[in-house]
Amino acid sequence: MDSITFDTAFWLDIFNTYLWPLLLIVGKILLLVVPLIVAMAYLTYAERKVLAAMQLRQGPMMVGPFGLLQPLADGLKLLGKETIIPSGANRFVFVMAPMLTFMLSLVAWAVIPVSDGWVIANINVGVLYLFAISSLGVYGILMAGWASNSRYAFLGGLRSAAQMVSYEVSIGLVLVTVLLTTGSLNLTTIVTQERPIWVDVLLFPMFVVFVISALAETNRAPFDLPEGESELVGGYNVEYSSMTFALFFLGEYMNMILMAAMTTVLFLGGWLPPFGIAALSVVPGFVWFAAKISFVLFVFLWTRATLPRYRYDQLMRLGWKIFLPFTLLWVVVTAGVLLYNHALPGMSAAM
Amino acid sequence: MSFVDNVARSFLLTEIVKGFGLTLKYMFKPKVTLNYPFEKGPISPRFRGEHALRRYPNGEERCIACKLCEAICPAQAITIEAEPRDDGSRRTTRYDIDMTKCIYCGLCQEACPVDAIVEGPNFEFATETREELYYNKEKLLANGDRWEAQLAANIEADAPYR
Repeated sequence: MDSITFDTAFWLDIFNTYLWPLLLIVGKILLLVVPLIVAMAYLTYAERKVLAAMQLRQGPMMVGPFGLLQPLADGLKLLGKETIIPSGANRFVFVMAPMLTFMLSLVAWAVIPVSDGWVIANINVGVLYLFAISSLGVYGILMAGWASNSRYAFLGGLRSAAQMVSYEVSIGLVLVTVLLTTGSLNLTTIVTQERPIWVDVLLFPMFVVFVISALAETNRAPFDLPEGESELVGGYNVEYSSMTFALFFLGEYMNMILMAAMTTVLFLGGWLPPFGIAALSVVPGFVWFAAKISFVLFVFLWTRATLPRYRYDQLMRLGWKIFLPFTLLWVVVTAGVLLYNHALPGMSAAM
Repeated sequence: MSFVDNVARSFLLTEIVKGFGLTLKYMFKPKVTLNYPFEKGPISPRFRGEHALRRYPNGEERCIACKLCEAICPAQAITIEAEPRDDGSRRTTRYDIDMTKCIYCGLCQEACPVDAIVEGPNFEFATETREELYYNKEKLLANGDRWEAQLAANIEADAPYR
């Protein structure tokens, strides 16, 4: 090949097979991540406003109209602060932990179908993937608690880890019930699967268990013991400041949104209009999806305004002695009812 | 039976649902807090805020340098010096209030026989330096000119009870 001539076909081929798909994926990711980060910022605002309203206060009012620019100001403030790494800390792990938490909370979004066909990776083991990623979230917290070399952070980290692991068990069993009714691990299929009304009724207790477990999983009130200010100062992130803290904060709120999205996809029909009203499908799917997520998130905030914090032994009792037996029982009941009605997926054809 | 009752209650989350209803109800109640710098609560005519020295309508200052306020001030925040003026009337040459000492008890305005020293409705006079809070006669008279309308109205509103 002459070294001077520009091989157009070759470079076009490179562009078509590698560069263009790469650009496409990066574009898709940006399209998902940027609204997510904005949503996360405004979730903090919504939290303060909802809490304030329920406590007859006004909430942030000063920055921008109705305090709408408050999240921006908070973010800028955090960015402008100094990152302090404690002298006794394991520097590498200390810095890695928030990054891990944040990245994991974003990576999970790859399989969430935002609207019909709007999903970055429509893989057939979506539920398994989500479950795996959300379980990995414990590592960020454990790493942070351990690497800080502080008793408070360590105890907070241990608590977080124990709590998340405990409630993952019941979440897993809830997922099993949902899978029993849909027969697919693909999140898009789970959304589009037609479910008779009695199946929905059967799944309702699981929905409640899932929401409660999601609260525990994301360390939200009333299960926010890991950051129990009264006894642990700030939990696993006491030693963090500035950007490292911001990443934890972002990750935590992103996990909340993720849990709300999971609830939406598994129980509330994803991007489909509510109650299957066909006339409402003029509104694009992602709007319904966002609306449903917002509703679940509102319930999270509502819970925080309503319930006091659990004691640690009560939390463990609820997880292991109530939720675990109950979900196990309900898996069996659901399976039995489905079997009796010949409604297990793929069964009706054979019978 | 009570066992069944208890189990049903805890599994149906009745109490928690009731609590949720309560918080939701409260969410739509009017807020009790004010958006402070833009909204302010009502102030009683007896409110004891920033001090002011008043004048008569003809512009003559009311204070006759009797020093009753200086005498009664429990924090000893007031300093007065007086001399006869050219026309023979007795007036202050110096009237200082150390606002950092003042406890806003209102005894000075109680003591004043001519309603000269009063505590006005203004409570937003924070400063960045301590020196700015050492008020002299000039500052107090300026305050009086600035707040006179409200001061006069307040004294009139409170007159029946004095």
